Amino acid sequence: MTAFFALIKRDLRLAFREGGALGTALGFFVVVVALMPLGLGPDLKLLSRIASGVLWIALLLSALLSLGRMFETDYEDGSLDVLATGAVPLELVAAAKSIAHWLSTGIPLAVLAPILGILLNLDLAAFPMLVAAMLIGTPAVSFLGAVGAALTLKARRGGLLLALIVLPLYIPTLIFGISALSAALGPDAAGGSASSLMILTAISLVAAVLGPVAAAAALRIQLH
Amino acid sequence: MQIIAENLAIDRGGRTVIDGLSFTVPSGETLVLSGSNGAGKTTLLRAVAAFLPLTRGSIRLEDGDGEKSLSEQAHVVGHANAAKANLTVAENLAFWSRFLASKPPSGGRVAAALEHFGLAGLADFPVAFLSAGQRRRAGLARLLAVDRPIWLLDEPTASLDAASSDLLSRAVNLHTHAGGIAIVATHLPLALDRARELNLDKLRHAA
Repeated sequence: MTAFFALIKRDLRLAFREGGALGTALGFFVVVVALMPLGLGPDLKLLSRIASGVLWIALLLSALLSLGRMFETDYEDGSLDVLATGAVPLELVAAAKSIAHWLSTGIPLAVLAPILGILLNLDLAAFPMLVAAMLIGTPAVSFLGAVGAALTLKARRGGLLLALIVLPLYIPTLIFGISALSAALGPDAAGGSASSLMILTAISLVAAVLGPVAAAAALRIQLH
Repeated sequence: MQIIAENLAIDRGGRTVIDGLSFTVPSGETLVLSGSNGAGKTTLLRAVAAFLPLTRGSIRLEDGDGEKSLSEQAHVVGHANAAKANLTVAENLAFWSRFLASKPPSGGRVAAALEHFGLAGLADFPVAFLSAGQRRRAGLARLLAVDRPIWLLDEPTASLDAASSDLLSRAVNLHTHAGGIAIVATHLPLALDRARELNLDKLRHAA
C-alpha cells in the first residue's frame, strides 16, 4: 500500500504546487454561477428555485475541466510507462489518481458551493445538505471521470470528447444531488434527503469499484 | 535467471514490425539492440515490458521471482524521463523508490544514485530548471535507486554528453556484474562488458 499512498501524495503535491488545474476549476465554478443572476435578472424567487440545479451543473462542468489532465501529464512525460511497471496493478494506479483528483478538486468545489449559494439566494436551511450531498456525490465525478480521461488520453483536443463521454454518466449523481437538496427544503426534511444521500453514496461506491477497472483497461490499450 | 523470447512476431498499427525473432539473455549479460530508425527497437522493448501484445511467440522469465510478472521486476526507461518538472530531483527519485519498491526508500540508496549520476548538488532543484542532459540523468538515477533485476533501456544516451554516457555504461556494467540483465536499444556504441548485439536490420533482410 506504500506505493498507492505515495502516488496519491505525489499527485496532491503536484496539484497544489502547480495550482493551475485547481485554480481553473474553482474560477470557472465562480464565474458560471456569478453569471446566472446577471442573465436571469434579479428575480430572487426564481433564483432560489433553480439554485441547486445551477450549482450542481456548474460543479460538474468545473470538475470536467481538470479531468483531462488526470493521465495526460503522466503520459506526456513518460511516467505512465513506469507507473504500469509498479508494485501495484494499474487498477490501483487509476484509483489513486481518482482519489487525488477528488481530494484536490471535488472537496474544494464542494466547500466553495455554499458561498456561491448566497449569490443565488439559496435557502440557508439547505446549506448543510448542499455541502454534504456534494462531498458524497463528487467521488463518483472523479472515478467515472477517470474512465473518460483514460479513453481520450491520446485523442488530440480530447476535451470535448471527454465531456461527451463523461457527462451522461453524471446524470444519476446530478438527479439525486438535486433531490437531496429539494427534500431538505420540503416538509419531511430528514427522511427525504437521507434516502437521496444514501443513493448518492451508493453511486459513488459503485463508481469507485467500476471506474478504476474500466480506466485501467483503457490505459492498457493506450500503452500500446 | 534468464529472459527467453521464442519465435516472436509483433504487429504495430497493422504492420508486422518483428517476425520470427528468438533470443535468450542470461543473467549477467547485456543485449544491445541496434538497427536503423524504424527497425523495431522500441517495439521490441515495449513488448518485453508487456506493454504491447505479441502476435505470436512468447517472452518469459526463467528463475526470476515467481510471484511477480516480468514487468514488475523490470525498470523501463523510455524516450521521456518520467521526471515531474515541478518536483525536485530528490522528490522525483523518492517517489519512484516508494512506488516501484512499495516501501519507504532508504536515504542512502537515493543519495548514492544521485551521486553516481553527478546530481548530488542538484538534488533540491526542481527538474524544470535542469538542462536536457541533467533531466535525462535524473530519469536514469531511478535505475540505481530501486533494485530491479531487469533493465529495459530505450536510447538511454539521448541528450547525454560523453562523460555522462560513461556514467551510464558504468551503471549498466555494475548491474550485470551483480547478476542483472539489461536490454539496451542504442545508436551509439557504449562501453559495455559482456554485451551481445542483436541487429534488427539483419533480421529483416534475412526474413
